[in-house]
Formats: sequence, C-alpha cells, structure tokens
Amino acid sequence: MKEGRLFAITLTFFTMALFWILLSGIFDAFHLISGLICCLIVTFLSHDLLVKGKSEKRLLKTLRLIRYIPWELWQIVLANIDVAYRVLHPKMPIDPRVIEFETPLRGEFSQVTLANSITLTPGTITIRVEPEQGKFLVHAISKEPADALLIDQGMQKRVAHVFMEE
Amino acid sequence: MVLIHIVTTFLLGAGLFFTFVGSIGLLRFPDFYTRLHATGKCDTLGAGLIILGLLIYHFFYYPETPLVPAKLIFLILFIFIANPTATHALMKAAYQMGIKPWRLGEERE
Repeated sequence: MKEGRLFAITLTFFTMALFWILLSGIFDAFHLISGLICCLIVTFLSHDLLVKGKSEKRLLKTLRLIRYIPWELWQIVLANIDVAYRVLHPKMPIDPRVIEFETPLRGEFSQVTLANSITLTPGTITIRVEPEQGKFLVHAISKEPADALLIDQGMQKRVAHVFMEE
Repeated sequence: MVLIHIVTTFLLGAGLFFTFVGSIGLLRFPDFYTRLHATGKCDTLGAGLIILGLLIYHFFYYPETPLVPAKLIFLILFIFIANPTATHALMKAAYQMGIKPWRLGEERE
C-alpha cells in the first residue's frame, strides 16, 4: 500500500514537472522553482487520480502498452483507407449492423483501451460497454469488420496480452 | 532540405485527402451511425498527419525552438485519445435516444 502510494506520488510529480517545463519553455530559476512548487501542491492534492489502485507488474504492462501502440497506429491507417474506399466507391459497399459480444477483460483501463481500439480500427465503433459483464455493443459498417471482431478476436487477445488478463 | 519539403508536402497532402474524404463520407453515407464512421476515423488520421507534417517542417527549419515540436507531439497524442472517445459518446447518445441504425436495402434519409 505504502509503496504503491510512493510510486503514484513520484509518477504524478515527474509528469507534472515535465509538462511544466514543456509548456512554459522558460528556464530561469524563478520560473523553474515556482513551477516545481506548483507541481508539489498538485501532486499532494491529486496523486491518487493519475495512478489508481494497486496493480501488479506495472512496468511490464507499460512496456507492452508501448509495443501495442505502433500496431494500433497501423490499424488507424488501415481504417482510414477502408473508409476512404467505401466513401469513394460509386456503389458505396456498406452493410451496417449492430453486434454484441462479451470479453473476459475486467480491468477498467483494459476495457477503455479495447473500446477505443475498436473505434479506431477499420469499420467498427463502440456504442456501449457494460463493465461488470464485459459486454460490448459495437456498430460495424459491414460484414467483414464485424466478423473480424466476433470470430478472430485478434484485438481482444492483444489487449488481454498487454494487461495480462489472459 | 528538398527531402524535407517532399515529406512535409506528402504528409499535408495525405492529411488533407483524408479530411476531404471524411467530409464526402459525411454527405454520402445514409444515416447517423455510418456518418460517424466517416468523420470519427478520417478526422483523427487527417489531423494527425497534418500536425506531423508541420512538426517535421518546424523541427528542421526552426531548430532554435525545439519545444514547439514537443508540444505538437502531445497535441497528436491528445487528439488520438479524445477523438474516439467523442465518437463513442455521440454513438452512445444516439443509441440511447433510440435512433435506428440503417440496414442495407432501406430507403436513404
């Protein structure tokens, strides 16, 4: 408990300090010291907001999340090409449908990641999430992206791998 | 320096293309949900590519202010988090209002 709190305080403080230096861009003693004092106050008041609860193996999860991001960026590019194709095609090959599925993911952050990933990847947008049952309601623009989500479940597995909820 | 011009122009052009396609999709697609597919996705990548182009240009032509590219990176990051969230919020609101998703074969609005 105590160790987790120390971690939260340290992380919040360094994030705040980094943002202060980045956004101010002034490096004289007065601005740096006043900035650090502000960071200390903010950290003291709100260190439990950024890092919530205690969680195992934070470092490994962060590393895996960093490895997940490039894949996700590539998926975004694919999504845009997919939408561009559907928009510009004269016959507009769309067949929208609403699908529902359940995931074994239970963590708050992992569900948010999955929901946002679904929205960013080709042809699907999350409509509703029921956190307790892990139920996702998704709008798909045609049959293939819906099947990719329902049958392959590649993204679910990736998110589960990142947050170690396999 | 010619290379930087080419890369910047390509990124800005691609960004403009995707934003443009998003707007066409907004006009062409049949209902609320499919229109959100067009805008929600294309705006994310379109804005991201345009900012990336500006970032590269600034980084090489104005190296005396390196904080500006760093701020632009954060801008991209926040757009990539905020945009799908906003799209999802709009979707959910529409769904709760009881707007029926359009199915293939129905009359277009």
